Amino acid sequence: MEIILTVNKQSRKVEVRPAETLLDLLRRLGYKSVKYGCGEGACGACTVIMDGRPVNSCLILAVTVDGREVTTVEDLGTIQKPHLLQSAFVESGAVQCGFCTPGMIMAAKALLDRNPSPSEDEIKEALDGNLCRCTGYVQIIEAVRLAARRMKAEKKKN
Amino acid sequence: MKKPKFNEINKGVRKVDGLGLAVGQSRFTDDYEMPGMLHAKLLRSPYAHARIKAIRTGKARALPGVVAVFTYKDVDRIPITTAGQGYPEPSPYDEFILDNKVRFVGDKVALVAAETVEIAEEALKLIEVDYEVLPAVLDPRKAMQANAPIIHDEKDCYIDIPVPYEPEKNRVARVDASVGDVKEGVKQAAMTVEDEFENQTASHSALEPHCALSWLDDNGRLVIISTTQVPFHARRIVSRALKIPVRRIRIIKPRLGGGFGGKQEILLEPYVGLITLRTGRPVKMRLTRREVFISARVRHNMITKVQVAAKKDGELTAIDLYALSNTGPYGTHGLTVASNVGTRTLPMFKCPNLHFSSDVVYTNLSVSGAYRGYGGTQGILATAIAMDDLAERLGMDPMDFYLKNVIRGGTEVPILKELGEGPVIGQPHIGSCELAACIKAGAEAIGWKKKRGRPGGGRFRRGMGMSIMMQGSSIPYIDMASAFIKINDDGSFNLLMGATEIGQGSDTVLAQIAAEVLTVATDKIIVYSSDTDLTPFDVGAYASSTTYLSGMAVKDAAEKVKRQILEVGAHLLQAPMARVHLSKGRVIGPDKKSVTLQQIGTHALYEEDQFQISASASRISHESPPPFAAHFVEVEVDRATGKVRILEYVQAVDCGTLINPVLARGQALGALINGISYALVERYIYSSRGECLNPNYGYYNIFCTRDIPKITTIFVPSYEPTGPFGAKSVGEICISGPLPAISNAIYDAVDVRLHRTPFTPDKVLEAVQARERG
Repeated sequence: MEIILTVNKQSRKVEVRPAETLLDLLRRLGYKSVKYGCGEGACGACTVIMDGRPVNSCLILAVTVDGREVTTVEDLGTIQKPHLLQSAFVESGAVQCGFCTPGMIMAAKALLDRNPSPSEDEIKEALDGNLCRCTGYVQIIEAVRLAARRMKAEKKKN
Repeated sequence: MKKPKFNEINKGVRKVDGLGLAVGQSRFTDDYEMPGMLHAKLLRSPYAHARIKAIRTGKARALPGVVAVFTYKDVDRIPITTAGQGYPEPSPYDEFILDNKVRFVGDKVALVAAETVEIAEEALKLIEVDYEVLPAVLDPRKAMQANAPIIHDEKDCYIDIPVPYEPEKNRVARVDASVGDVKEGVKQAAMTVEDEFENQTASHSALEPHCALSWLDDNGRLVIISTTQVPFHARRIVSRALKIPVRRIRIIKPRLGGGFGGKQEILLEPYVGLITLRTGRPVKMRLTRREVFISARVRHNMITKVQVAAKKDGELTAIDLYALSNTGPYGTHGLTVASNVGTRTLPMFKCPNLHFSSDVVYTNLSVSGAYRGYGGTQGILATAIAMDDLAERLGMDPMDFYLKNVIRGGTEVPILKELGEGPVIGQPHIGSCELAACIKAGAEAIGWKKKRGRPGGGRFRRGMGMSIMMQGSSIPYIDMASAFIKINDDGSFNLLMGATEIGQGSDTVLAQIAAEVLTVATDKIIVYSSDTDLTPFDVGAYASSTTYLSGMAVKDAAEKVKRQILEVGAHLLQAPMARVHLSKGRVIGPDKKSVTLQQIGTHALYEEDQFQISASASRISHESPPPFAAHFVEVEVDRATGKVRILEYVQAVDCGTLINPVLARGQALGALINGISYALVERYIYSSRGECLNPNYGYYNIFCTRDIPKITTIFVPSYEPTGPFGAKSVGEICISGPLPAISNAIYDAVDVRLHRTPFTPDKVLEAVQARERG
């Protein structure tokens, strides 16, 4: 069936298959930053922001997202002009293999959007559904704190 | 110790591939697609051990959208190993891409290629198989019993190196090595401790599942993009498995989503290659997470027995270590992981009498393979708990016991001659070693002397534990790395190498090494790794070899390029070679006149006697300088539930010069958390039929953010004279400390020694209650 979906601020009409997940749909549309890690909502590698909330796109049927608005990590920044979260992740050593990174950054983005100065426990809670096997999470938590500080400073400046 | 001054070394340079990954630009294997691409799936065995009596594929072949179905009848019978190791291979040729026998639940039965994944999955259900179910070996202790079912009863399995291989006894390998006389050492001792331990099977759990994509290039050559840690070994193994020459195969490694040893296995490449060669079409195969759990490799489960003996004053007189290693139904890394149980444990001690032995056995459980730590994890588990016990019985603080017994730098290590994987030339010795400094620094940071032995009263008890560990840096005389560097007209450089970035940061660290020699910023080095057509050979990302060995190859190549730069620079400055030098990207002459690398690059490529400033270099290692570490942990044990909570963890590491402190810390932290997670929660649960019952993250359980305790990582100053700019390895070592450190801390808290991992609440509670009952 056909649905209307907004991905990264771009509204588009797409044909979806009956059992297709939002993960598969996004990857089919070329948003390859959204990763398959487990297919059952246990690893967070497919995290995207849907209507302001972080969701596991592998658990959502594509047919149910008609009229929804989805943001993937591709929308945040580019290599030339990265989002503060993206540069903080790289500087802090929070990116090793980088496979969990897009999902991790989207979960962090959703957190900072609603809570610009989270405590360490709040960061841990917000990222709890996103697995990483490379970093041991310590530098990821540091990166989110660094980004939060910088985002606040930037907001003050403006 | 001298502290050299560096420009790009010892600097937290941003990971060169970091931003591409963070913005979602980088592509992993599964992100590549080819027009007309098929999708492949394997039918997997529901039985731990069975013979295929009949297999009918007619219905599957008839399903619209199915392009090809293969069973053992459709492929050449060629024994292979999936272990991506050197050649000749130290793992037995005991696997076939498809066979008439299955040896574990999840073993491959048939291969389907179809237009979509859904059709391929549908086709699997239509394949009819009649199995003759055979009795299975589900306990490694029973594998060598006289009446045990023989897992490899076929006549064509063999091993290519001169070591004992006895499939008729389910025995993959034996190791026996000693120096001195352990019996004599025990006689001299005032106290001896003997004990037995068992560690569990574990999944690497790299977030990216295994994936491979193949197609034929313009000249009909087979190209495979795959999630491999070992592109050149993959090419060699595909060549053998599919009976096509190496020259007709190209393996490309894109970004990789973690490996940890799990992608040092050639699991998918032969299957996609087979389909592409037979159908002429591109094909992709990606494992589901469930398939990764049941059919990819796991850490070797081992039963370790240890005897340690010391004099009254704590001086060690004997260590006898034995490992019964459960390698699963295929012997991939069976021999080498087992020998590393000794290699990564015994050299740490100034003990004259050492003995290590091992039996590696087949079972019908999960296939074991390389896993970060590679035997060291199992060896340290046994020795560090037994030594904690021994120190206590001697009335010594384990820290003082270790300080008395651990080696210092510049020591000969005769046991390595007996245990080495390759030829050992001369007497193996250890150069840099700051293990004692690690012990002191870690103890100081956690407050060891103040806090130990004070469990407190009531339901929650506190305890402190420690362990020490070592790893290697490459396999001496076996591993080889090479690199190629060329200049561009803007004064930047391309660095092409087989060294395999899998997330650990090797592209960055190796670029920093080239940048240091060429006196430029690291962002002037454009890195490409690894592609068997375009980059020179490297064994790949394993054995903690990359920074040390590939680093030396890159350094040598950069030195050669630097010489050519100086020659062109001297010519341009009309100065003698001896009077010019390279500094901050300029060749500077005697009168302070200088030319930039851009001028030199442009001149060499366009202006006069044109040539490509470029060089390649290869290195083998003559030594495997070990990094060392000491781990300290404080735990809280809930005596009512058995739950163990980590309050604080301190690791002190000697890995030589830190090429990149941010990335080195990431390696130490990542390995540590994997190790703690392994010690406390991760496990495979098998049914009585040998089926893994928890093949998913939810029930297998790996640590997430909320499980992370307070951690301090200390790098002790150290300089390894044989390494590039003083560096040793740091990738694996820290995974091995948590098992024994946590077990020792639990003992300090509640007076029970845990011998079987993981230390889950049920086991701790049972031990606490057993002790209370007396």
